[in-house]
Amino acid sequence: MATATKMRFGIVIFPGSNCETDTWHALNDQMGAPVDYIWHGETDLSGYDCVILPGGFSYGDYLRTGAVARFSPVMGAVMEFADKGGLVLGICNGFQIMLEAGMLPGAMMRNVCQTLVCKYVHLRVETTDGPYTRAMSKGQVLRIPIAHGEGNYYADEAALADLKRNDQIVFRFSTAEGEITPEANPNGSLENIAGICNRERNVLGLMPHPERCSDPILGSADGRLVWESLLQAV
Amino acid sequence: MAIEARMWRELGLSDDEYQRVLDAIGREPTPTELAMFSVEWSEHCGYPRSRPLLALFPKEGKYAASTDASADAGGVEVRPGLTVLFKMESHNHPSQVEPFQGAATGVGGIIRDIFTMGARPIAVLDPLRFGELDEPLARYLFRGVVNGIAFYGNCLGVPTIGGELRFEEPYKGNCLVNVMAVGVVETDKIARSRAVGEGNPVIVVGNSTGRDGIGGASILASHEFGEDEEKRPTVQIGDPFTEKCLIEACLEALASGAVVGLKDMGAAGLTCTTCEMSAAGGHGMDVDLQKVPRREPGMEPWEIMMSESQERMLLVAEKGREEAVLGIFRKWGLNAVIVGKVTGDGILRVRDNGQVVAELEAKALADPPVYHLPTEEPAYYAEVQSADLSKVLQPNDMGEVLRNVLASPNIASAAWVYHQYDHMVQTNTVVAPGGDAAVLQLKGYTEGIAVTTDGNGRYCYLDPYVGAQLVLAEATRNLVCVGAEPAGVTDCLNFGNPEKPDRFWQFKRCVAGLADACKHFELPVVSGNVSFYNETLDTAVYPTPVLGVVGVLEDVRLHCTIGFKQAGDVVLLLGDTYEDLGGSEYLKRIHGLVTGKPPALDLDRERAVQGVCLAAVREGLAASAHDCSDGGLAVALAECCIGGQIGASITLPADPDGVRLDARLFGESPSRIVLSASPENADRIQQMAAKRGVPVHLLGEVGGDTLTIEAEDGVRISESVAGMDAIWRGAIPSLMSE
Repeated sequence: MATATKMRFGIVIFPGSNCETDTWHALNDQMGAPVDYIWHGETDLSGYDCVILPGGFSYGDYLRTGAVARFSPVMGAVMEFADKGGLVLGICNGFQIMLEAGMLPGAMMRNVCQTLVCKYVHLRVETTDGPYTRAMSKGQVLRIPIAHGEGNYYADEAALADLKRNDQIVFRFSTAEGEITPEANPNGSLENIAGICNRERNVLGLMPHPERCSDPILGSADGRLVWESLLQAV
Repeated sequence: MAIEARMWRELGLSDDEYQRVLDAIGREPTPTELAMFSVEWSEHCGYPRSRPLLALFPKEGKYAASTDASADAGGVEVRPGLTVLFKMESHNHPSQVEPFQGAATGVGGIIRDIFTMGARPIAVLDPLRFGELDEPLARYLFRGVVNGIAFYGNCLGVPTIGGELRFEEPYKGNCLVNVMAVGVVETDKIARSRAVGEGNPVIVVGNSTGRDGIGGASILASHEFGEDEEKRPTVQIGDPFTEKCLIEACLEALASGAVVGLKDMGAAGLTCTTCEMSAAGGHGMDVDLQKVPRREPGMEPWEIMMSESQERMLLVAEKGREEAVLGIFRKWGLNAVIVGKVTGDGILRVRDNGQVVAELEAKALADPPVYHLPTEEPAYYAEVQSADLSKVLQPNDMGEVLRNVLASPNIASAAWVYHQYDHMVQTNTVVAPGGDAAVLQLKGYTEGIAVTTDGNGRYCYLDPYVGAQLVLAEATRNLVCVGAEPAGVTDCLNFGNPEKPDRFWQFKRCVAGLADACKHFELPVVSGNVSFYNETLDTAVYPTPVLGVVGVLEDVRLHCTIGFKQAGDVVLLLGDTYEDLGGSEYLKRIHGLVTGKPPALDLDRERAVQGVCLAAVREGLAASAHDCSDGGLAVALAECCIGGQIGASITLPADPDGVRLDARLFGESPSRIVLSASPENADRIQQMAAKRGVPVHLLGEVGGDTLTIEAEDGVRISESVAGMDAIWRGAIPSLMSE
């Protein structure tokens, strides 16, 4: 099962992160990739090819999701790492932290239903241009879990137009058949957006959890496509 | 300060109990000592009223059990060297008073009981009971409790994988919020809750101490609700972020090897931890309250000793290695302060501002008196036992009955609840909530575990002895349906005021029934909790023993789910159907009756049926398996169809005993399981059943988009799967949007 690779992953642990071991398990046990944990007080990211901001409730998400974590010492280093072209992946709370830090445009609001939603959803791949989706095909539908209370993505008109012009919308919530409908949208996000990348395409944030569907016994292994894309990227 | 009667009564001690305090220490207690006795001797902490009966529960079974009485939880060894620890507790009264925080702190408390012992918490389950959902109060409490559990559990990153929902009138004034937590630990690394080693430092870690929750155990949990509800300040406030950091820091500290003992400060806070750790270790402690991190100035010593502020632990470290321990907590941004040391004299000495405010033998405090309370058969009992159900009229349209029963909140899908809980974090959830039991993988091992909770209060009201046995039968049946062998039990016994003889009779009968059934099933009761005084204005809840049962899958890949899988598969029913209408959901929902005898249970038959099902799943013969219980066979078949999104054509087994049609469809005879399998595998299952003397009936075939059920006089039910799905899935969301 191990994939021969030299790509090295680092997973940041903020106080309150809770998906770091799941992500480690998916990358290391399932994909055979070398992975380290990075404590949020660290500022040296040399030696990593891809840094992951995992899911969870960093600092309890007490003020606003991701609002405190973005001031952690590691975040300055993460932004510098991204500026130099390093791969940075934000999953769920990681995506929320990226928005707070300004690494990606837009903001998160409470889910329209006002509660956390944990279930399997379908995701349509909107672009295969970039390191996170190159093992997928455009229009492909993935079955993948979500678990968040604030995934209602918002961007103003200009920002949305920018995202579209630069092909930065990577995933949308869809039906199993790949249709983008209001019923297929679990949180009310703008135009069913579930994941976006930066203009340079090395930074991706998404609400669903690929690490939760990387082992077939859990009901879907579609998440492996994200890791396979990354492992092809080197 | 001289002690006056007013003082002990306000603390919840009776005059008689105060006299026992005097006898125990041979002098008048100080105000701080009095407060400590009041919490430690309360029913919530010391179990003075229930302990004699709880001794009936078996402590051993096939799987090696961990049942140390001084430990915060118990467990079973699921494979050599690996123990799964689990425990269930109630947070009923706090949740009735303040549903959000009451439920949230219930989750926090039970999780601490697990990681205190060095186990990584891997699952939470929440059995909940409220009044009828068409009443606004029940909806308010239900929503608040679910939101509170979600708020706390989701943040911790521990998946909430199960529980159950019941809505019945007797829970209106006193909801039941039970919480079960499960953890996993290498057996030789189980940590102890004891203070040993003279001179070892005693350290308070986690949150600071405030005035919240004072009297939570002694006043709120150990008395009935009266008419004045001025108890809100006794409910604690939860901080899940601190708890998450506390989990990580405690497990890291335990792994360092520098920790001698660790205990959760839950009910009765600092009093309980200092005295019980001392007593368990046969040592004493000398602590200085001025060193305890506090949230507000001016707190009296007794307030500090009684506070139930959440997310705190008491830790005893190895002398000389305390800096390493303190450093781990600092890294996680938590308080960790040395407040005293372990002593060799067995005395718990508490100082404040240089003065000794309490000086007690730890054992005296930790060993409350035992009361043997009188019992009396309740007035209603003879009447329900002799109820004649043969006069109940049978409805003509059984399809309409099925739709109606599927819409009952006691039967309907609980997805509205569990979609608000993160049930997938930790990536172990192999079978998610919504089935008979949840299944978790144990990464790195072939084995997996299954967990379920059950507790039919209606059956226990109608017959506490049989009812309690039915609860165990259903819980274990749920486990075999997913392919797990039952291994150990935890219980949360929710009852009314034990000082009323008719309530205590229910308790005594339930405990006896449960103990006998556990012995028959060779299952140890490894941990548990008793919650008395669940009554308001003289109305008690149904006697409700809720069980959490853990089972072991030899190979987690060989598990089963309830949904039919494939057209052409054969549908089988293990077990026989009798005229069991008493206590059924059908009788209540359609006829408005809660009466009759609950179904009779033959424990040998139950085990035999379960054995066939377990073998069929373990050998990979069964495509689906579903326990037939609430709502009877018709509801079980509907759920198999909904779960698989496929129909089935069923013919009811010919019935020699003339059982009424409504009982054949909706009666709740136990010891029955619906299986589906390919025709070849179905043959093998039938042979297996015959060899073990278990009745098996060929019901029909999977296929199409409709469930049809035919009796001798023709098709009596024909319902589209999509239609049943919409009713079953929509019932609770629709009630909650009112």
